[in-house]
Amino acid sequence: MNAGQRYDLGDRVRIDDRREPRHHRTPAFVKGQTGIVTRVCMDQAKPEDVAYFTMNGPRVPVYRIRMMQCDLWPDYTGKPDDTLDIEMHGHWLQPA
Amino acid sequence: MADFDHSNKGHDHTHPHPLQADHAEPQTREQFLGLALNALLVEKGIYEPEDIQRTIEGIEMVAPETHGARVVARAWVDPDFKVALLADGFAAVKSLGLDPGYAELTVLENTPNVHNVVVCTLCSCYPRSLLGRPPAWYKSGEYRARTVREPRAVLQEFGVAINDDKEVRVHDSNAELRYIVMPERPAGTEDWNEDALAALVTRDCMIGVAVPKIRTHNSKL
Repeated sequence: MNAGQRYDLGDRVRIDDRREPRHHRTPAFVKGQTGIVTRVCMDQAKPEDVAYFTMNGPRVPVYRIRMMQCDLWPDYTGKPDDTLDIEMHGHWLQPA
Repeated sequence: MADFDHSNKGHDHTHPHPLQADHAEPQTREQFLGLALNALLVEKGIYEPEDIQRTIEGIEMVAPETHGARVVARAWVDPDFKVALLADGFAAVKSLGLDPGYAELTVLENTPNVHNVVVCTLCSCYPRSLLGRPPAWYKSGEYRARTVREPRAVLQEFGVAINDDKEVRVHDSNAELRYIVMPERPAGTEDWNEDALAALVTRDCMIGVAVPKIRTHNSKL
């Protein structure tokens, strides 16, 4: 288990809906959305730090989060089972 | 945007051109700024245009897209390797003597029930060590915005029709992981050898915007 891991496979999480002026790798279209943890990946530096060349800041777990397309896009025209998987840094997640 | 204008040593530029032939003309303020900065650095003698070209070629030569195809073909013929590849793409690729890159590598298996497609909505994250330089369309605003929004329509435009009973799984490669798609092995290739199979696996198949096709006629090209 990664140091600092707060979520396990299958946990439902919500992606923070907050503004961040620095480069943060959380696209607007997933902010505020919920999904399921499908993988716990290696720990990484925070992108907000890396954007300013701070490579030795605190490391956070990275998760793969699976979301349903129909949740992301109310007018989604594909199929109900279609999904979107995205990588999220742990400090952008809350339990849902 | 039209204020980018400089003259130097015998030639006037009224607008900047992209550095790579397959790139679209610049449109955003940031693109103009980048090209203007580049022009200034060249003018100052920090580096020469040839250095840029050499750097681009160096990136392109990191790996031909055939490296990814070799990985897929091996997985098609070797069930143990396939299991290892899906469990830990980085280690499995390394075991073939190929470069898995610097990031965690995830191999996404297409099945009769699931079709995978990869996009980087934020920029151009791409498994360069296996597929080389990302194509210009992969970096285009349109592909990045639409693939997460209406993947089936995008795939249709690439010539891939996904049946209604199949799930489309979009993978946004927005951070630290890299992905390649392992397409389904086409029927009729049961007795093909690994090299022949690898030739079926194009770059676009491994991004997820194409599926391997057996050519039924010889091209005259």
